Amino acid sequence: MFKKILIANRGEIACRVIKTCRKMGIKTVAVYSDADRSALHVEMADEAVHIGESPTAKSYLVIDRIVEACKQTGAEAVHPGYGFLSENKAFQEALAKNNIVFIGPDAEAIEAMGDKIASKKLAQKAGVSTVPGYNDIIRDVAHAKEIAGKIGYPVMMKASAGGGGKGMRIAHSESEVQEGFERAMSEAKSSFGDDRMFIEKYVDQPRHIEIQIIADRHGNTLYVGERECSIQRRHQKVIEEAPSPFLDEKTRKAMGEQAVALARAVNYVSAGTVEFIVDGNRNFYFLEMNTRLQVEHPVTELVTGLDLVELMIRVANKEKLPITQADIKLKGWALEARVYAEDPYRSFLPSTGRLVRYLPPAENKNVRVDTGVYEGGEISVFYDPMIAKLCTYGADRAEATMHMRNALDSYYVRGVSHNIPFLASLLRKKRFEEGRLTTNFIAEEYPEGFSAKDLPAKDPTLLLAIAALVHAAYQRRAAGISGQIAGHGRQVPETWTVVEGGRHHHVWVAPPSADAAGIASGTAKIGDTKVHIMTGWTFGDPLLKADVVVNNGKSEHFVVQVDRRNVGYRLSNAGAQMDVSVYTAREAELAKLMPVKVPPDMSRFLLSPMPGLLVSLAVKEGQDVKAGETLAIVEAMKMENVLKAERDGTVKKISEKAGASLAVDQVILEFA
Amino acid sequence: MSQIIQQLEAKRAAARLGGGQKRIDTQHSKGKLSARERIELLFDEGSFEEWDMFVEHGCEDFGMGDQRVPGDGVVTGYGTINGRPMFVFSQDFTVFGGSLSAAHAKKILKVMEKAVQVGGPVIGLNDSGGARIQEGVASLAGYADVFLQNALASGVVPQISMVMGPCAGGAVYSPAMTDFIFMVKDTSYMFVTGPDVVKTVTHETVTQEQLGGAVTHSAKSGVSDAAFENDVEALLQLRRFMDFLPLSNKEKPPVIACNDPADREDFSLDTLVPDNANKPYDMKELITKVVDEGDFFEVADLFARNIITGFARMEGQTVGIVANQPMVLAGCLDIDSSRKAARFVRFCDCFNIPIVTFVDVPGFLPGTAQEYGGIIKHGAKLLFAYAEATVPKVTVITRKAYGGAYDVMSSKHIRGDVNFAWPTAEIAVMGAKGAVEIIFRQDIGDPKKIAERTKEYEDRFANPFRAANLGFIDDVIMPHATRGRICRSLQMLKNKDQKNPWKKHDNIPL
Repeated sequence: MFKKILIANRGEIACRVIKTCRKMGIKTVAVYSDADRSALHVEMADEAVHIGESPTAKSYLVIDRIVEACKQTGAEAVHPGYGFLSENKAFQEALAKNNIVFIGPDAEAIEAMGDKIASKKLAQKAGVSTVPGYNDIIRDVAHAKEIAGKIGYPVMMKASAGGGGKGMRIAHSESEVQEGFERAMSEAKSSFGDDRMFIEKYVDQPRHIEIQIIADRHGNTLYVGERECSIQRRHQKVIEEAPSPFLDEKTRKAMGEQAVALARAVNYVSAGTVEFIVDGNRNFYFLEMNTRLQVEHPVTELVTGLDLVELMIRVANKEKLPITQADIKLKGWALEARVYAEDPYRSFLPSTGRLVRYLPPAENKNVRVDTGVYEGGEISVFYDPMIAKLCTYGADRAEATMHMRNALDSYYVRGVSHNIPFLASLLRKKRFEEGRLTTNFIAEEYPEGFSAKDLPAKDPTLLLAIAALVHAAYQRRAAGISGQIAGHGRQVPETWTVVEGGRHHHVWVAPPSADAAGIASGTAKIGDTKVHIMTGWTFGDPLLKADVVVNNGKSEHFVVQVDRRNVGYRLSNAGAQMDVSVYTAREAELAKLMPVKVPPDMSRFLLSPMPGLLVSLAVKEGQDVKAGETLAIVEAMKMENVLKAERDGTVKKISEKAGASLAVDQVILEFA
Repeated sequence: MSQIIQQLEAKRAAARLGGGQKRIDTQHSKGKLSARERIELLFDEGSFEEWDMFVEHGCEDFGMGDQRVPGDGVVTGYGTINGRPMFVFSQDFTVFGGSLSAAHAKKILKVMEKAVQVGGPVIGLNDSGGARIQEGVASLAGYADVFLQNALASGVVPQISMVMGPCAGGAVYSPAMTDFIFMVKDTSYMFVTGPDVVKTVTHETVTQEQLGGAVTHSAKSGVSDAAFENDVEALLQLRRFMDFLPLSNKEKPPVIACNDPADREDFSLDTLVPDNANKPYDMKELITKVVDEGDFFEVADLFARNIITGFARMEGQTVGIVANQPMVLAGCLDIDSSRKAARFVRFCDCFNIPIVTFVDVPGFLPGTAQEYGGIIKHGAKLLFAYAEATVPKVTVITRKAYGGAYDVMSSKHIRGDVNFAWPTAEIAVMGAKGAVEIIFRQDIGDPKKIAERTKEYEDRFANPFRAANLGFIDDVIMPHATRGRICRSLQMLKNKDQKNPWKKHDNIPL
């Protein structure tokens, strides 16, 4: 076995590979850029080598530096993770030249699968079902129309080098081919420098289901079940699961066998994934093969009990796979949700910065968190803003879903925006529960994008009860302050009014009983509903984990994030936030007299966040800007602060010139 | 007897209505509570004891003889906040516009004098149109009597002003002499002369809100220490605020039961200071991660944001926090930040509140505006305040501590009791580049040499060790251990007894 492995990657996947190496007793070497100096993967590895500046092109993508790092540390093999150099032929050649083992498939297999048209031809030859279409380059619009007519509408026009939705058009008629073909072609040209196009049948009600395979150098090629990754946002997977709620045993077997046939056709070794598109009648068609470890591999590991990284390392060490096809059984259900530092309320704009607070859910047999960050760490502008892959496991899909909801509720992230509210909302969609997925799931369920409206309108009773219990606990403690007049202490009331969104709810909180475990444990009554809460929460805890019994019903686990805000609280649960004030009866009565204030709309103005010097303006009057675009740079005491557009708009008036001295909140420019 | 009781009840009922239900309704329609409603929210339920409910003015001029309202426009007395006694006067705008008569002033003086005698804070809820013009100089005399009492009570008991309506002309000087002024957005304003006079004299057109509203005074002038959304929020925040303060200068700060472990480590603090010395970070993160439960009551949060002041607790007991804020003007000291922090430090020293100082200061802000504005004297205020303070003083240098500003920020030299530095601390006369350009002026034309010299200077001073060698730093501590080290230091200093030489009073450079 190898004594030392270098991981040519960063973030969660580097950490994940290190974990398996540790288990196998293999020493690890991490590589890092300037920005990753104190990243988790560097911390976890036995050794770490600095390989350059923060941009990936100057560090993680520089083949020579990584080869050099191997030589310097004596690493015998390299695990590439995913992305970066994982499917790069030149990298493999450079490693081979230095007698360093690449943990993955051979360069020939990677190359054969790298081109969409070539791989499709190969698949057809291997007897793999492919989408009806024309497997050669389309010459021009006329040719496109002719082919489309033969295949039958609707058709999909696709760039050969495509990916990420670029250079892709659906046409339902000849006129749409006319319209879309050249546009797609020029998009392909500008995006990939390659304008070769092909056409295939457009699959209706499409689901993205992929087969994991693993192969050794001794002629064993196995399929390790499927993953369904239909829930995608702009072709980026959001939630994955294994098995698929859609496949039957017959289809699973057929897909698995075809995947194996394809792998054999290219002498594939190591782990790989064959992606299929499956229509509403369980017809499946080959899409492409990914010649690396997939991001979403943990769900397969959870339902099979296998460690795919370990198998990859063993195969790379020329060992025989320790299992046969018959050994592979899918047991239970696994889900994966990708937790990203992005703002779901601002069209998923990436959010970067310091993780001021970061408390992932505790790992156990039902919860797995693959992460590369920690509290106090940084989500850097240079890399993918993934925070973690949150995976849950259960006996069935419902149980895995329940664990996922709870895990999301207790995932506490502050300092950067994150997509947890969006994930929590997805997990509560009826259509998700029913497993009626297609790749259009998100587009169809959120036709106007994601907003606070999409969060489940839940009965707020539990949150109201918790707010009252927490507040009563704080008040009882404050009433115990030192320096009181003896015998004239404050009587803390039992009746409270919880105000949320202008609505007043009366909550009765039972006086604390001596035997109650936890200061916020107790009984609250709202109208006729009696809520009994058992929690170990104490003052200042961000998470309140409780066992809740409503009206003597069944005890349920419930997690609420509690942020104290001056004299009120912000409670977060199921992705939704609720700002509440808890008042005594008299306070509530008087609070009703307070005017409702509409905050002045300053969003049309770009204000200087601090006194400083306006270094430069990046826009002109009349210019259209997109959310996230740089507008101006303000320098204060030698520090440059980049001001960005918060939403799309048009610059109406520029109030200050570059070089101007700015006061705090001074208007720099105005939007129309 | 029963007749008397009936009479008493009728009188009480009339007094409680102040200027009458109609005027109370008007007060409500302006988004304001009545004087008595405010007291109800401020104090524990049922704890308010009212005094002088039946006091009436003695003015006969200008038809005032026919207009008497029991209480005469101010509700006074005492009550408790979480069982601790406090004194209050709450001006009643429904009675003669809350204007101050001789009798009104006497009521205020009565609670203030008693507060000083027994040692209890005075809370003023201001909502007054100003002097009772009909009473002429008698009203002015009333103001002056209150001013004098403010001065005498200063440093004996905490005095807090919550401005909840108009407060103009001479009336502003009573709040101005108290320890803290809070205001309510949109319904309160303070100015020496109103917009009309301003227009006549300086030809400036300005609204009341712009001239002296809560936001103006909290962000621009620094007169106010906070701007609250409305009366209810303001009074609940005031209750929260009072829980931090001792009742008088004879008491230690109060203690609230605390579950937050004193030795709680926070490893995220190890990465708080960025690698790049020119990159800002949020000092408030350090404060909220070090103090009990992250509960921090910031004072003057909108003014001179390059320095942070406020109250928190360590192991349940109140501490005053002063910290440079690298996010704003790199955390430098300037006129406003020096004034703000100096006054805060002096308050803490008056009332036995230990001071915890977090230092990341690149120096004083340069420029003509600062020099012409008298930064020399204003900066000296903070230096003076720290130097004379005899309460426990614990200091943590997180990054820059440059030049005179290093000395000012509760350094060892001005009697810092325990002075810690993080490994990232740089204690030097100035940044390396500037220093080298002075020391090695002859090498300025030679970038290679300058780079060498800069490196040399950095090696020597861009770390806490030189200062530690000299004993100016008691220990270099890991950021994650900051809470534990401060808690232990404060416990050690609990019985600190330090006295300044006898003097009538000092002569701080005002």
